[in-house]
Amino acid sequence: MTEDKIKTAEQQAWILIFICWLIAMAALFGSLFMSEVMGLKPCLLCWWQRVFIYPLAILFLVGLFPKGHTEGNKVDPSIVRYTLPLALIGWGFAIYHALIYYSIVPEALQPCSEDLSCAQINLQLMGFINIPMLSIFAYSGIIGLLLIYRKRSFQ
Amino acid sequence: MKKNIIVAASGIFFVGLFVLATTFYNKQQDEDLNRASKDNIDNVQRDHSAIMGPLDAKVTIVEFFDPACGTCNAFYPFVKKLMDDNPGKVNLVLRYLPLHQNSDVIVSILEASRLQDRFAETLGRAYQSRERWIEHHVAKPQKFWEQLAGLGLDMQKLNEDLQSPETARRIKLDMQDAQALNVNKTPGFFVNGKRLTQFGYQQLQDLVESEIAANY
Repeated sequence: MTEDKIKTAEQQAWILIFICWLIAMAALFGSLFMSEVMGLKPCLLCWWQRVFIYPLAILFLVGLFPKGHTEGNKVDPSIVRYTLPLALIGWGFAIYHALIYYSIVPEALQPCSEDLSCAQINLQLMGFINIPMLSIFAYSGIIGLLLIYRKRSFQ
Repeated sequence: MKKNIIVAASGIFFVGLFVLATTFYNKQQDEDLNRASKDNIDNVQRDHSAIMGPLDAKVTIVEFFDPACGTCNAFYPFVKKLMDDNPGKVNLVLRYLPLHQNSDVIVSILEASRLQDRFAETLGRAYQSRERWIEHHVAKPQKFWEQLAGLGLDMQKLNEDLQSPETARRIKLDMQDAQALNVNKTPGFFVNGKRLTQFGYQQLQDLVESEIAANY
């Protein structure tokens, strides 16, 4: 590969991780807006999804500025190793939450406390977008981009 | 563009959007709450409620409260001071919103104490001894009962009155009104029917003072 091509590849990789960071930031601020401003109390499963996406907003940011490469467009080469596990676990919780939300998994099996049901409909945007769905979108987006990044960096 | 500029700009964008959305949302909420209290002005005050201070005062604070609520406890001396600082001009209507577990029993005791003309004393005792009858945010009516000695209450009559249908009806009506007015936190304040939308000591004082200025 010529130097130009390496540069373009690096730039594209950087943009992939940058978008991951944007998604995590949107999830962070979006969820904080819903709980702190709108006063929607997060249910137990929401908390588990927060646990895994909040650190991603920081990890991606750090990964975008690897040690000794603050100038170029290099990304921390091992970023997938420590962000993908978090994203996958969070994605699992998001899927489980959606299954409860759409009553595919029965209510009795859900681990929520009685006063705060995870199946309760708190927010609907444009008639069909809800909180578990937003969570699945965010996690799936991050996982997808990380897999693309990994595939490219192995080439 | 340099990557640190892009990242910094994005960070600022997120924070700015959050602040903007918060401001917008709160403004919208305030308008909704004001509309709710205007549309349901009859629900703000009821004749059955306990009232403190001069009956002919032109400024009335309506407080939806829960005796188990720490913030209500903290506001109580402040509200009394507002009344003392403006003698004859401000009175206080207390309405029940028992949100803590078992707190409904505590408010029935308070309501029953009114029939013996001991409401202010009983409420004062409830706040004063709060830590002794609340465990992990759950009210313990039996422990509260033990705190009532020395108030000159006829305990047998109190016990009968707190179970009366009229007591239950009043508490239920208070809670229904709170729901109609969208009061879901305590203390919830109204001054002459106007909702205190931004919560705080100073905000309450400002609202009371503006009503005093408008009525005297």
